[in-house]
Amino acid sequence: MRVSRCKGMRDLLPDDMAKFRHIEEVFQGCCLGWGYREVRTPTLEYLHLFTATGTLTPAMLGRVYSFLDWDGWSGERVVLRPEGTIPTARLYLENLEGDDLCKLFYVENTFTFEETGEESRERWQCGAELMGSGQPWADVELVLLALEVLERLGVGPLEVRLSHAGLIKALLAELGLGTAEQTEIWDQMLEGNVKVLGEIETEDADLKKALALLLDVKGSSPGFLENAKVLLGKALVRLEPSIDDLASIAQLLDAMGYPYQIDIPSGRGFEYYTGVMFGFYAAARRVGGGGRYDDLIPLVGGPAVPASGFALYMDELMDLVEAEMKTTDEKVLITPEERDVNGLKSCLELARRLRDSGYLAELDLGQRATGYRWLLSVPGEGPFRLTDRKTGKRSEIATLGRIMRAMGRSR
Amino acid sequence: MKLRLALPKGRIMGETAALLERAGLGLLGYEEESRSYRPSSTRFPDLFLKVFQEKDIPIQVAIGNYDLGICGLDWVEELLAKYPSGDLVKLANLGYGKSSLYVVASRYGGFSSLAQVKDGFETVRIVSEYQNLAESFALRLRLRRFKILPIWGAAEVYPPESADLALMAETSMDRLDGLDLVPLARLLTSSAFLIANRKSLANADMSELLKSFRPFEVEAEEEPPLPSIAAARGEKAPQDEKRVRLALPDGHQQHPTMEFLERAGLRLHGYCEPLETRRPTLGLPDVSVKVIRPQDMPLQVANENFDLAITGQDWLKDHLYRFPKSPVEEILNLGFGRVSVVAVVSGDLAVRNVMDLRELVKGGLIPAVRVASEYVNVADRYARDRHLERYKVIPTWGASEAFLPEDADLLIENTQSGETLNRHNLRIIDTLFDSAACLIGNTKTLSQPAKKAKIEHIIKVIGETAIKGR
Repeated sequence: MRVSRCKGMRDLLPDDMAKFRHIEEVFQGCCLGWGYREVRTPTLEYLHLFTATGTLTPAMLGRVYSFLDWDGWSGERVVLRPEGTIPTARLYLENLEGDDLCKLFYVENTFTFEETGEESRERWQCGAELMGSGQPWADVELVLLALEVLERLGVGPLEVRLSHAGLIKALLAELGLGTAEQTEIWDQMLEGNVKVLGEIETEDADLKKALALLLDVKGSSPGFLENAKVLLGKALVRLEPSIDDLASIAQLLDAMGYPYQIDIPSGRGFEYYTGVMFGFYAAARRVGGGGRYDDLIPLVGGPAVPASGFALYMDELMDLVEAEMKTTDEKVLITPEERDVNGLKSCLELARRLRDSGYLAELDLGQRATGYRWLLSVPGEGPFRLTDRKTGKRSEIATLGRIMRAMGRSR
Repeated sequence: MKLRLALPKGRIMGETAALLERAGLGLLGYEEESRSYRPSSTRFPDLFLKVFQEKDIPIQVAIGNYDLGICGLDWVEELLAKYPSGDLVKLANLGYGKSSLYVVASRYGGFSSLAQVKDGFETVRIVSEYQNLAESFALRLRLRRFKILPIWGAAEVYPPESADLALMAETSMDRLDGLDLVPLARLLTSSAFLIANRKSLANADMSELLKSFRPFEVEAEEEPPLPSIAAARGEKAPQDEKRVRLALPDGHQQHPTMEFLERAGLRLHGYCEPLETRRPTLGLPDVSVKVIRPQDMPLQVANENFDLAITGQDWLKDHLYRFPKSPVEEILNLGFGRVSVVAVVSGDLAVRNVMDLRELVKGGLIPAVRVASEYVNVADRYARDRHLERYKVIPTWGASEAFLPEDADLLIENTQSGETLNRHNLRIIDTLFDSAACLIGNTKTLSQPAKKAKIEHIIKVIGETAIKGR
């Protein structure tokens, strides 16, 4: 009986892995260039790491893979990491606290139950976190880093959408909702319901106008936020710090010449966000997101360290990038004419020297020759026989040096 | 196609039988005294009926072994809390067998509202037979740190010493009051429900059967609100560091345990008739006793909720298979309550041993060996060690014999003489181990100076009796 993979799990095939590694290398290269250091958190964490912060919604916690470990008689559950930021905050506190500025990146898988089993329950993400700075330009740095990665991957056209958790929370409070109701609406927004905020009724005419502007219009300059400030009236007091924060990020992006959209209802992701929230879109698909989470490290039990970060979604990006496979042109198939120890030894040595020169050299194990540019036959004695399958040309060549010259000429 | 209906044993059996009678099914063999698990219907001779523990019924219907089932809504919701996307459909509220699921604290436990529980800094210990509902309750309340300790029963006796909260079913708030418990929340109101498998509804015509239930359907009633609790009537009970906490078993082991302790000269008041309480007293200073399920003892002792407990070696083994590093250990073999834990198949199945069963899977005759057992971890290890290759362990809550042959291929069960197994046309193909009652303790708490002398005294008295009894 054939055993198939688990429901909701995905096999990554050679073509997928070529894309995966390509994305990973580009991400890693960019992050290292910006001074970020790579970390990897363990796959298992305690469930209470996520309940303690109170920042994953009950619906999200209801979808984590949690179980009792072999020493879990105390009822302490462990989970397969459901997201990347909270474990990284834990890692920072446990190992790196005290670094004045801590810039980290990771490529990690996360696990969330998805009912139908049609979408993958294991997802990979490329994340970057910047701990220790509350400045707007720290957020801008993260946006630019993410855009650099996406540009290098060539997945455009790119789009950045900005929202602001502080602004949304202040709006909800201004609308006179109870705490529980505020949380509920906020959670619905985070799960992608863009309409819910607009459905709230208010008596305050100023607030109504400002709300209509903020929710219905997509701003593309800091001026948009200045307009909103004028319309807000007395509600401005509570909203101003968030609006100004968002405006200074927009100004910087403007100055750098990066287009963006201020799209308040687009904010989604996690309850731990406190400030700006970014969404990255490539070819009209959401390929990443992030934001500022100044309260998270205190919630995990640490000091008041401001932080923000983003993650790019590997699974979405893999659909958009081209795989960089070794081309057929570089592949050589080596066939020993004598299958004794000496015959094989000279083939293996030959293969190694070809690999050292950048070719992909394989020994003939009975595979088909399609897919190889060069066929190299190695006799016990006498010259090598080289076939170029592209031109059909056959030649007899005495030394490896000449073989490589012959191959090099035709590349 | 032959329809299959799962019927409950226990609490709601009598009322279910009465309803089926009024519905005109003409059931034979569905009563407490019946020794068969397979009643029949004179009106629907083709209907296949089987009797299960109530808790097993939602699972049996959800996985499609049965098209229809009758059980309490509480067990349906317990399953849906963990597996919301399953194939379970609630068809009709039958109205009887009412109870509510309450989150309760002890009157003497210091908690008088959920807000207090939420604001506490310590880990909240919750015991329940409904572990999925308890977990989703804790998550919805956004408790920062909590432990769910699953139990087989007797939830009411745990708070305040052995748990902060219990999630339990009770028929009225007065009864909670009588148990010195205060309700902090009501999660749901339960009554008997007719449930169905979604695919069966889609594919099979069961209209005739459904019609007979129609007249008995009721609307859900509004429940009175929970009384507001002015304040907890007592301070949080301080854990008395000097008291030895002993757990004694209920159920089958209750009488032999009492006789044994009496032979040891330990007089218990209120353990057995005429007065039965879950907190009997023992004629020893600084020892408090609670009566709980033997199945729950190893986990409770591991969590230091009890210092000593009398349970079975079978349950200790099941615990240690799951948690090999658990601090629980056997202190004394008490010699009574001997059983063998055996592997059992249907008498009609042509297998001589477990190897033959393996061949059935290899040969593609069955897709996987379905192993039913109350001893989930023992069963899992047995199937793994015997290389059954593809197997599923089906946890059961009693009446496991009923599972063979339709709903399981192999049963891991305890037996004294094999008589019950014979009567159900079941055959033993392997003996896993023998088990007797034993005294267990926690390696960590046994050495606590404040209790050491008292614990050693109890062990000595019990030990001498155990040796004499052999």
